[in-house]
Amino acid sequence: MIIHHPLLGPRDAAEFVYLGDASLINRPDASADDAAEQFYEYQYLRDNVAGEMRELWYHEQGDRSWLVVTRNTLTHEISKVELARDVARANGRDR
Amino acid sequence: MSQTYRIGRGLVDTNSTIKFAFNDQQYTGHPGDTLSSALLANGIRLVGRSFKYHRPRGIFSAGSEEPNALVELRRGAYQEPNTRATVAELFDGLQARSQNHRGPLGFDFMGVNDLLSPFLSAGFYYKTFMWPKAFWEKLYEPVIRASAGLGSLSGKPDPDSYDKGFLHADVLIVGAGPSGLAAALVAGESGARVILADEDFRPGGRLHAETMLVDDISGEQWVANTLSRLRKMDNVRLMIRTTVYGAFDHGIYGALEKKTDHLASSDGMPRQVLWRIYAKRCIVCAGATERSIAFGNNDRPGIMLAGAVRAYVNRWGVTPGKRVAVFTNNDDGWRTASDLVNQGVEVSAVIDSRDIDAPLSISGASVVMGASVVDTMGRAGIHTIKLSNRQTIKADCLAVSGGWNPNVHLTCHQRGRPEWNESQACFVPGGVLPDGMSVAGAANGALSLSAALSSGIDSASLTLQSLSIKPASVDTPRADDESTRVSAFWHVKESTKRCWIDLQNDVTTKDIVVSHQDGFRAVEHLKRYTTLGMATDQGKTSNVLGLAIMAEHAGKSIQETGTTIFRPPYTPVPMGAFAGRSRGKDFRPTRKTPSHAWAEARGAVFVETGNWLRAQWFPIDGETHWRESVDREVTQTRNSVGICDVSTLGKIDVQGKDAGEFLNRVYANTFATLAVGKVRYGIMLREDGILMDDGTTARLGENHFVMTTTTANAVGVFRHMEFCRQCLWPNLDVQLISATEQWAQFAVAGPNARKLLQKVVDADTPIDNESFPFMACGEISICGGTPGRLFRISFSGELAYEIAVPTRYGNSMMDALIKAGEEFQAVPYGTEALGVMRIEKGHAAGNELNGQTTAANIGLGRMVSKKKDSIGNTLSEREGMNTENDLALVGFMPTNKSVSLSAGAHFVSKGNEANTENDEGWMTSVAYSPSLECSIGLGFIQRGQDRMGDIVIAADPLRGGTTEVEIVSPHFIDPEGERLRG
Repeated sequence: MIIHHPLLGPRDAAEFVYLGDASLINRPDASADDAAEQFYEYQYLRDNVAGEMRELWYHEQGDRSWLVVTRNTLTHEISKVELARDVARANGRDR
Repeated sequence: MSQTYRIGRGLVDTNSTIKFAFNDQQYTGHPGDTLSSALLANGIRLVGRSFKYHRPRGIFSAGSEEPNALVELRRGAYQEPNTRATVAELFDGLQARSQNHRGPLGFDFMGVNDLLSPFLSAGFYYKTFMWPKAFWEKLYEPVIRASAGLGSLSGKPDPDSYDKGFLHADVLIVGAGPSGLAAALVAGESGARVILADEDFRPGGRLHAETMLVDDISGEQWVANTLSRLRKMDNVRLMIRTTVYGAFDHGIYGALEKKTDHLASSDGMPRQVLWRIYAKRCIVCAGATERSIAFGNNDRPGIMLAGAVRAYVNRWGVTPGKRVAVFTNNDDGWRTASDLVNQGVEVSAVIDSRDIDAPLSISGASVVMGASVVDTMGRAGIHTIKLSNRQTIKADCLAVSGGWNPNVHLTCHQRGRPEWNESQACFVPGGVLPDGMSVAGAANGALSLSAALSSGIDSASLTLQSLSIKPASVDTPRADDESTRVSAFWHVKESTKRCWIDLQNDVTTKDIVVSHQDGFRAVEHLKRYTTLGMATDQGKTSNVLGLAIMAEHAGKSIQETGTTIFRPPYTPVPMGAFAGRSRGKDFRPTRKTPSHAWAEARGAVFVETGNWLRAQWFPIDGETHWRESVDREVTQTRNSVGICDVSTLGKIDVQGKDAGEFLNRVYANTFATLAVGKVRYGIMLREDGILMDDGTTARLGENHFVMTTTTANAVGVFRHMEFCRQCLWPNLDVQLISATEQWAQFAVAGPNARKLLQKVVDADTPIDNESFPFMACGEISICGGTPGRLFRISFSGELAYEIAVPTRYGNSMMDALIKAGEEFQAVPYGTEALGVMRIEKGHAAGNELNGQTTAANIGLGRMVSKKKDSIGNTLSEREGMNTENDLALVGFMPTNKSVSLSAGAHFVSKGNEANTENDEGWMTSVAYSPSLECSIGLGFIQRGQDRMGDIVIAADPLRGGTTEVEIVSPHFIDPEGERLRG
């Protein structure tokens, strides 16, 4: 597969390390009353979609960017690649 | 023996003669021959024995689709089994042997299997060797494996080398036959970057096998002219002997280039190169493969595909027989008859299954329309055929054509399915093709030469337009639109003898029927149950025939029946090519520590830890056992001073205004409060609350920390921290960089450590206990101005420091430290002594941080700060990970001091049986402690912290033996930590 890195252009998938569902960005607030439940869901209940999925890929043999790759797991078609940092910020994650 | 079947020159160089051996018999051939054309030239028809029934078999095809003529090529370690004789280029001194027979090829003792054939049909193994169960492994399987099978391996390491390469192209053209050459002309003239790959050593495809004209010159001449035009174009790369074997995601194609297979010796060159081709577009011009017809005894040597017979005559000047009969269901088969007659070969009969007027007149041949071949005679080679009209005809070669199958493989490698074309009686590419792929020529069902040429031109033009490249205007080469009429005909039902479908796997029409009866009706089931289409040829000549007969039997259409999934590789790719240079010690990189050269000169014994090569111990004269060296290193370090290269630990430089806050979140304990110039031990959890890693982190400045990780987790921890930084807290002001390879770091441990260091650390940095106490750190200069860092930390439990210098000084630093330590008899120590000392001190390491244990388990539960959030904090509080019976890391000593402990032993209470129910924990690390003069261990046991002094059993049933052990503090040495603060 070829992943179109937003900063570096087309790169072979062999340069990346795969993590999984991009929902891992949305780490719960540990101070919430139901933090334990939220962390349980965050840690263990992730989607494994047959179809279009947003995934985290890490450019380990490259610039060390974490990317959010929107990929169809049935066809391997990649429709979107974003910097995970931008996605995290857009999701309201701050510091 | 002379080449009595060589009737012309074809395209071989008859001026030059080369020698080769088949089954140790010497023969001759010419440059341009394949092993099969040379064997046929010498009148060799019997070349092997079949897979299951050990039937005599001959050469069946003239290309990579060959099911029968598989040989062991070359000798010794170079021997390669299952090489297709049809694609093996002849070279001087070539040695080949036939496969799969016991005794001589002409009389195979295993031929008895053929007589047993009524019992050996599809599903035979499944049904017969079911019971008694114990017989399977001991009797049935070995016997079956010995009697069925293909060639044998040399059993020696492959002495050849293989390479890998990467190529980029605008347009990849697969196949340099008429359509591929035409497409390459257009793409090349248009300036696109073109790769034109062909599996043959002579590009041109079927043009060399036929006698057709292109632009009024011979096909061969047109190919030569076209190639010479293409070779002048810098933007065209012509790759011969290169098979594009797979179409992968996003325009990535796999190709195997044979570099030296046609030479007697590879002579240091890579034998083959595995290419990864990145192509914006691909035009598949892979041609078509002929298929056979199922009739009685249609597997005898001398029965061949009609197009192959024609190829041997036209390209190689060899006739496969002196009296040839043709059996066809299409007009193309007739061309074999006419080409043979034109070359002066006798054609005894042409049998056509169609009841139509004969398309050609063939002089001297009896023409039988609307008939078929029902049986053949001749055990080691055909001599007579019997027709459906009871006529018998003499023939030493029977050329069969059941029609042509477009080579749709690459179009289906991404799960595409071909479509059945009723009028052409073949599958053509259909549905969704891989992105960027188009198909031209015979591969797309354009079976006539003129159609192939024009489809090559047209699809190249369309492809270029899709790339916004203006297609050059290239005249479509002129050729005859020869007739390709065909009428589907699969199986001669009048035949009472076995009718073969898959020659390589000995699958007959009866097997298809049995498969259907036994309920294996889907094509994928049919394939697995009968083995139809498996092995080296992947059913290139047999699949469509098999599934057409299945369809017929099931009363379904061929489209409904469908094909099995096509998967790469198109033709076999050696494992060596996939491995490339990644073999043996080159399988992965070797990382050497900065003081490697010093250690090597000192005679160190090295050990692989991950990619690292580390000194394990440093033997000195007179030491004959590793324990002597290790005990000495430990004792001398504890008594005076020892030095160890610890550069392999991961080092991560953390900088930024929020660096402290960031470390607070990735470490379970607090770091933001760490004073500048201090080091703190930290533990890191995974988000699920399990321990991930531990190490020390030093604060060199307000906004500057240097973290260490364990050697094994250096990469993973860094990846995790980047995840935290980019994905979880994107606005923290913090930057990370791995500095593992930038710093050489040495542990200097032992009561004389300070005295030694005072000799190398420049005087402007006082390192006395008051100025530089336990857990201090700082930037220093060494040996008169070399920059360095000093950390007062201890893994051994002794007064100890770690001193770091830029990596390029590492080897000299080791030397300088040892020289400065001469007056203290300083010793270098390796990973074994390091391990012994950390066990004596009770420090957890990889064996304890094994991905199953918590901070509480290793006795550091209180380090998980509850004043802040950190990775894993919340889930580490889960009930199931905090029970009364939790494991605790403690020490163990044998009650009998002369007994050795073993890691991996499980603990049970005295009096309990050693079984899973009674399991209370396990031993993680053991060592012989020279300080305590006995074996000691660390391990996890339930409620360990409350059981000091208890005696339990360490059971090791796997290696035999149970040991009584006493539960003790894990801190065997200096439990109060006085030494390291001294």
